[in-house]
Amino acid sequence: MEVIYNIMEFILPFDFMQYDFMKNAFLAVIFVSPLLGLLGTMVVNNKMSFFSDALGHSALTGVALGAVIGISDYSISMIIFAIAFALLLNFVKRKSKTEANTIISVFSSTAIAIGLVVLSKYGGINKYSAYLVGDILSITTIELLVLLIALVIITIIWIMIFNKLLAISVNSSLAKTKGINTALIENIFVVLIAVIVMLTIRWVGILLINSLLILPAASSRNISSNVRQYTRLTIAFSLLCGILGLFVSFVFGLATGPTIVVLSAIIYFVSLMLKKN
Amino acid sequence: MSECKFCCTEIKNIGVKTEDATILEDVSFHLHCGELAVIIGKNGAGKSTLLKSIIGEIRHTGNITFSSKHNNSKKLTIGYVPQKIDLEHSPISVYDLISSFSSSKPVFAFKSKSEYSKIIEHLKFLEADGLIDKKVSSLSGGELQKVLIAIATLPFPELLILDEPVSGIDAKGKEIFYQLIDKIKKSQDIAILMVSHDFDKVKEYADKVILLNKKMLQEGNPKEVFSGELFAKEFGIGGY
Repeated sequence: MEVIYNIMEFILPFDFMQYDFMKNAFLAVIFVSPLLGLLGTMVVNNKMSFFSDALGHSALTGVALGAVIGISDYSISMIIFAIAFALLLNFVKRKSKTEANTIISVFSSTAIAIGLVVLSKYGGINKYSAYLVGDILSITTIELLVLLIALVIITIIWIMIFNKLLAISVNSSLAKTKGINTALIENIFVVLIAVIVMLTIRWVGILLINSLLILPAASSRNISSNVRQYTRLTIAFSLLCGILGLFVSFVFGLATGPTIVVLSAIIYFVSLMLKKN
Repeated sequence: MSECKFCCTEIKNIGVKTEDATILEDVSFHLHCGELAVIIGKNGAGKSTLLKSIIGEIRHTGNITFSSKHNNSKKLTIGYVPQKIDLEHSPISVYDLISSFSSSKPVFAFKSKSEYSKIIEHLKFLEADGLIDKKVSSLSGGELQKVLIAIATLPFPELLILDEPVSGIDAKGKEIFYQLIDKIKKSQDIAILMVSHDFDKVKEYADKVILLNKKMLQEGNPKEVFSGELFAKEFGIGGY
């Protein structure tokens, strides 16, 4: 880790980079933002931004679950709950004739309410407010390693399922006739979203996590003409806003997550103006 | 019903029911290779439901079996052209779209040269090779139709199914479309099943017409069906 720190100080010779917590935060941004952007391309393409928003809210129930069971690391209960939540939501959406957004809204509100009810019993909601806004400067080396492993695994799965996912988004009947197991691919996709959202929510916060998934993809979508351009621009926007947001927030003493989101929103509005059709 | 010859798909006793209604009942017919069969019927007659049953999208009773002189137990491969796709404003090129169905090389990462030339070759056959780098959302109705046919026919299936493929396409576009279907039918010797309201074109190009209204009302060549009483009764118009 020392070697990596030294390299970072050499490449980024800023005063604030002398702190280990800044270096860790910088690495976290580099690992996480492209990954959120990458998954975001298909979240936006499949019109699932409300779904991912609901998934983020389910983190609260995951935290509550962890508090009830009494485990020290809430990440585990959050990931398990989010995966179950995402799969159940997918299942109900497929079976039910009710409009998807209504179902998502019902699930989302139920998850938040249960989370808040339980947490109010376990030491009050304020105790857990860190989850709402997040704190990227608190990330540890072990947590960074977990993020790196997640980055590698999710990227490999993404390479394997991307074409099928795109095919399903175009027309699922057509995808089925080509032998694609649509339910399996859709389930893998929501599990990936659930895992990455839960792994990063501690540092970004429940309130803003969805913007990191949606905004970079929504921006690049406005100005891209093919899937490669769409993906590359999304990753570029994610990284740019992540790194710039981290530095700007530190220099001006602002909250990091919201600063990143504000920068992403600026890029979105610029892209909207550049949109041709 | 005509007998199965060298290569044929047998649709037998297809039925679809919901909790409170019968949508299709006891529909049976044969589709031969090198034959264009067109399903006609009023709105709500169950035309799209029948197609969706055949592609396995809807739960149904009855069987669909495929047999050829080469192989009797082979699983039928179906190419399906849906009525519409949902790609408004998506940053997806024609290459991306076709490749996502025909290849597992991730289209978000790179453009595969071999896949690109395979697709362009196929588009050439469909007289649409100029479209490969265009954005899908900028295509005209006729162009999009060709791209969807390209997806369904790469590789060529034994049965090609098209659900109201020419809705929203002008007269010239329709003629081009039917000529293309004729070319595929003749050059590839595959069976084609289509839903269409375009009776003039159906008369000109179809080998077989199936008149449907929940049940099979009539099956025959265009002349037989369009001049029959059942057709006149269903549509309130008559004549061939």
